[in-house]
Amino acid sequence: MKTLDEFVALFAEQLDETDPSTVTAGTKFRELDEWSSLLALTLISMIDEEFDVVLKGDDVKNSETIEDVYNIVVSKI
Amino acid sequence: MTKNPFSLEGKTILITGASSGIGQGCALMAAQMGAKVIVCGRNEERLKETISQMQGEGHSTFAGELTDQSVIEKLVAEIPSLNGVVFSAGISMTAPFTFSTREKFNKVFDVNFFSPIEILRLLVKKKKLANEASVVFISSVGGNFGFSVGNGIYGASKAALNSMSRLCSLELAPKKIRVNSICPGMVVTPLVEGFSENITQEDIQKDMDFYPLKRYGKPEDIAGGVVYLLSDAASWVTGQAICIDGGITAY
Ligand SMILES: NC(=O)c1ccc[n+]([C@@H]2O[C@H](COP(=O)([O-])OP(=O)(O)OC[C@H]3O[C@@H](n4cnc5c(N)ncnc54)[C@H](OP(=O)(O)O)[C@@H]3O)[C@@H](O)[C@H]2O)c1
Repeated sequence: MKTLDEFVALFAEQLDETDPSTVTAGTKFRELDEWSSLLALTLISMIDEEFDVVLKGDDVKNSETIEDVYNIVVSKI
Repeated sequence: MTKNPFSLEGKTILITGASSGIGQGCALMAAQMGAKVIVCGRNEERLKETISQMQGEGHSTFAGELTDQSVIEKLVAEIPSLNGVVFSAGISMTAPFTFSTREKFNKVFDVNFFSPIEILRLLVKKKKLANEASVVFISSVGGNFGFSVGNGIYGASKAALNSMSRLCSLELAPKKIRVNSICPGMVVTPLVEGFSENITQEDIQKDMDFYPLKRYGKPEDIAGGVVYLLSDAASWVTGQAICIDGGITAY
């Protein structure tokens, strides 16, 4: 099972414009300038690939921070 | 009295994907218009349920995994001569390009492209299509007339399908077999529930509002076009990809 820190790093890897060093567990990802529906799909696909968990669009929508998403993933494993 | 050119009276039609959604809607309307229908899918129970809702007599079921070559061969061997085929069996897939692995392409192309094309190939080769038979592929606006992020694999499978549909219209024309595809916009079926898991309710409402006719389609909206293509009214229609989409490609 990947740790929260590893999850944050995986998340940061999907971004194009945001400096990865500024991304933390508490980052409000939907407020990032580059946040888009494509990034939401990318996040869902990354989680599917890495954790074998399929999140719903609303799981992402209802999360505020990266840690929130991680917690949903953990709860579904 | 002369025969209604839109009637399917006296025609035997094979419909794949008839256990659900668009294929089921097509089966109901084809039966309503007088056809004998062979309803085909994997779930026997839902196939029987489809038949129980259909008008008329003489319908039958064929249940099986249509990506399996031996099942395809069995289907083609067992069925009687057909006046029409509707290929509606299909699956959806949402994945951004960077996560579009070969494995995902294979899975989707197997069902959406290779299976219907192989069934048609064998139907023609084994002479199971009657003179002037009509073939209808259920394709999609997606990948052909409209593109949206995350829809690459699915769209590519439907673009490949349209390509072969048009090609087959030429190669099968000497046998007087007509081949067309119907490209639906978003239709409310269990398949779309698969799509919509990845997007929010809010996005769905926004998307629906974008349709000129302000709603998603119903299976019968698509079935109307399918029945037309199966009927003698469409005798001079072949090689076409017809959008039935609430106007979404009109923009
Ligand atoms: N809904 C839309 O918005 C939309 C838009 C454009 C195009 N389309 C296309 O329309 C077609 C029908 O979609 P739908 O929305 O009606 O989907 P659906 O309700 O999910 O029905 C899919 C049908 O395909 C059958 N099927 C799937 N995989 C199969 C397999 N391996 N072997 C045999 N049968 C298989 C299913 O059989 P079982 O349930 O018995 O397993 C079911 O009858 C698809 O080709 C889809 O791509 C749909």
